[in-house]
Amino acid sequence: MSETPQTLGVVAESSPGETRVAATPATVARLAELGYDVVVESGAGAKASFADAAYVAAGARVAEGPQVWSSDVVLKVNPPSAPEIAALAHGATLVSLISPAANPALVESLAHRPITVLAMDAVPRISRAQSMDVLSSMANIAGYRAVIEAAHAFGRLFGGQVTAAGKMPPAKVLVAGAGVAGLAAIAAANSLGAVVRATDPRPEVAEQVRSLRGEFLPVEVEQEASSDGYAKATSEDYDRAAAALYAAQAADVDIVITTALIPGRPAPTLLTAEHVASMKPGSVVVDMATTQGGNVEGSVAGRSVVTENGVTIIGYTDLAGRLPAQASQLFGTNLVNLLKLLTPEKNGQLVLDFSDVVQRTMTVVRDGEKTWPPPPVSVTAAPKAAPAAPARTPDPAPAPKSPARRLVPAVLAALALFAIIAFAPAALTAHFTVFVLAIVIGYYVIGNVHHALHTPLMSVTNAISGIIVVGALLQVGHEDTSVTVLAAIAILLASINIFGGFAVTRRMLAMFSRS
Amino acid sequence: MTVTSAAQAAYLLAALLFILSLAGLSKHETSRAGATSGVVGMVIALAATIVLAVDGGVNVVGGVLLVVAMVLGAGVGLWRARVVEMTGMPELIALLHSFVGAAAVLVGWNGYLDQRSGSDTAGDLHGSLLQIHHAEVAIGVFIGAVTFTGSIVAFLKLSARINSSPLMLPGKNFLNIGALVVFVALTVWFVAAPNLGLLIALTVLALALGWHLVASIGGGDMPVVVSMLNSYSGWAAAASGFLLSNDLLIVTGALVGSSGAYLSYIMCQAMNRSFISVIAGGFGIAAGPATDTDYGDHREITAEGTAELLATARSVIITPGYGMAVAQAQYPVAELTRTLRERGVQVRFGIHPVAGRLPGHMNVLLAEAKVPYDIVLEMDEINDDFPETSVVLVIGANDTVNPSAAEDPGSPIAGMPVLHVWEAENVIVFKRSMAAGYAGVQNPLFFRENTQMLFGDAKARVEDILRSLTATTLATAQREPAPVR
Repeated sequence: MSETPQTLGVVAESSPGETRVAATPATVARLAELGYDVVVESGAGAKASFADAAYVAAGARVAEGPQVWSSDVVLKVNPPSAPEIAALAHGATLVSLISPAANPALVESLAHRPITVLAMDAVPRISRAQSMDVLSSMANIAGYRAVIEAAHAFGRLFGGQVTAAGKMPPAKVLVAGAGVAGLAAIAAANSLGAVVRATDPRPEVAEQVRSLRGEFLPVEVEQEASSDGYAKATSEDYDRAAAALYAAQAADVDIVITTALIPGRPAPTLLTAEHVASMKPGSVVVDMATTQGGNVEGSVAGRSVVTENGVTIIGYTDLAGRLPAQASQLFGTNLVNLLKLLTPEKNGQLVLDFSDVVQRTMTVVRDGEKTWPPPPVSVTAAPKAAPAAPARTPDPAPAPKSPARRLVPAVLAALALFAIIAFAPAALTAHFTVFVLAIVIGYYVIGNVHHALHTPLMSVTNAISGIIVVGALLQVGHEDTSVTVLAAIAILLASINIFGGFAVTRRMLAMFSRS
Repeated sequence: MTVTSAAQAAYLLAALLFILSLAGLSKHETSRAGATSGVVGMVIALAATIVLAVDGGVNVVGGVLLVVAMVLGAGVGLWRARVVEMTGMPELIALLHSFVGAAAVLVGWNGYLDQRSGSDTAGDLHGSLLQIHHAEVAIGVFIGAVTFTGSIVAFLKLSARINSSPLMLPGKNFLNIGALVVFVALTVWFVAAPNLGLLIALTVLALALGWHLVASIGGGDMPVVVSMLNSYSGWAAAASGFLLSNDLLIVTGALVGSSGAYLSYIMCQAMNRSFISVIAGGFGIAAGPATDTDYGDHREITAEGTAELLATARSVIITPGYGMAVAQAQYPVAELTRTLRERGVQVRFGIHPVAGRLPGHMNVLLAEAKVPYDIVLEMDEINDDFPETSVVLVIGANDTVNPSAAEDPGSPIAGMPVLHVWEAENVIVFKRSMAAGYAGVQNPLFFRENTQMLFGDAKARVEDILRSLTATTLATAQREPAPVR
């Protein structure tokens, strides 16, 4: 590899209707910090309200299309078209959405070029890769936008109010599928004041729904926990129970937002034409899965349609793109996080490390060689049920001692004590008696000390143990000079302890206050 | 009524007052009365002893020395107590323990020298009583010396004057046990044939043992050590009591000794440590083989971001650790608490039993900053509330909030009860850097999805949050739920 920094091109999107851009002025500055020579295609950010001048101010160069496409690294949002693939330089690296599972033909044509391709939508779902997961970041804002689109098409307010002109009921919103998009939709609908319900085949997400103050509607069927972080296709029993739930809810709610996607498969149909027909006129359905066939019968990808009974079905596929500035910022930040990983030396040289599971999984083509599909990765975040149980294994609780075995040490201790006192000279017996009793008192007195008082307690016992001064006091002033000197030193030390200890205790106690 | 019987009566009174003192200190309501009865008990005990000493015929030089030493000691003690920072409390207490230990050694030596010169009141001991006397000298000196050097090492470690990592001598357990065996042998020898050389050897041995015991314990376990040394200092006083046939010393020493031991036991349970191995010293386990587990990336948040999160939170729990003490952040933290509470946010504190370098260290700091103590809760009281908490602020704590203690059986701190902060919606960790905690264990909490790191000096960061919190116009009414991922 050359020592000069690699060029990193941010190209304009060619897909019709695409408003996003793969880098914003803010992310361009961070890419430049990684050592890259950043080139932005003129007008790339126009639709997301990022002017060329802003990119220049952030440290990028602005150039025309062909020059940008010949960069060492090309950043893009959507999958490239055939001419765009041809425009890539020999040995270039392309980073964009690819959907390799759904587009085998695209992967093949990419593999015909001597290039490397990383699919942003193939980031494994592990905690470490969270910061590069564009599917999550796009789903998040798409979920928000879905609520906004629904509110826009809905002829009523979301929040309930009682006014002088009469009562306005709150809108009821059903969110089907509590993934990232669904949770974002729950949060957005809630903040608009609607009554929000949500359902999902994965019972483990109920807690997340409730955390956003949504009501979770469980489908009462046995269902195995998700092991790869994504929802799975569901069983027949489940489908029946779910259909009943949707039938009941469709007649009741005003807004339905469906977010059910299953990777590599057509989206499941959640709302049938019958369900839609049972909805109140003026109701709105937002189908966020139309790119994969839709969750709602009658939804049309990319369009909004109105049914005979006056229900609006919104099937927009560009919900995230309808918030272009924010979507670009998030997408761009995901790319920055990826490039941080790919540029360990921060010297503007992209290094692909196949021993890293994230990089391996994302790479669709390496140097013209197809590397899709990658070996499977197990998710770290989802299975949370297991760890609690085995935690105890290496440290088995000691077998409960039998009463007899517990008794033995006690009896031995009692015998030892008995022997000591019985054989001790009479003078010692009295001392032992008070000694033993004092130990017991000390134990009980401290029994239920309040945890906050540990330090003052320790400080006061410390002061009290300065009682040793009594011994020194009784020794001072005898004929032996060395004894007197040593005793005086002992008095000095013990006095510091007594006065210091009590003073500190009082100082501490004076600070404790109740509100 | 003779002087002696009056003194005995006074001693009994003093002993009762000490018991009342300890009992009073176990509750907030009675804590001040407890401290007062301790002072009164001490005054009575001292007065009785001085009368006894005068009655016993103390010479003029001795009397002057007595007064001078006491006044000097009182002056130094009161001065140190007034100027000490609350964050420096652990060091001060450890240092004070060493004084008790040193005094016990000196009293023990005197017991021997006095007896030898035949001037002691018990100078006419014979036979078995004399042997017992010598055994008591040996035991008293031994415990005192161990307490002395042990406390000195604890003091040095706590005040960061020496490296706080555990000293790892080869065969350290054999060294400890060997020292004990040699001690017993020396004592037997000393009892059979008392001479100064043996006593010196015994003292040196005990000093070395005390040093080694505490040196081989890591700084993170110092709370238990300080509490244990507290107990040792009590036993040292009790041993001196046997030596001098003084019941007050015996009673008080036993009280302090057993209460300190029980306190250490409570703390050992909180840390899931074996009590025996604490007494044996050197329970600082070697941090396991540095695993190269890749926990992934941590995410950072700014003070402004934290302020926004807090402004929209319903419930906040703050879990402070030693880092808060180091940064002196308790005042801004208290200010932040007040600000948030005025906005109607529920703020509480979750205190791990071994947070800080002394049991109850965090409580003292928070009390100093005037945080009401009824919102400062113990780990067990608050651990179930984390799932309903919007934001947890982890300020300078590390091992006490480490999920691997609960989830990773192979972790060196496995099984130690910890604060389950990761169950909250958002966790903000205040930290100076990504360095591991005292236990040398990496903390997976920092890499959790709901965790964000706020780097820098805790005090400065909390002040930044306060500034942007007061600047922000986010009304409390505008409650947005916390963002998802």
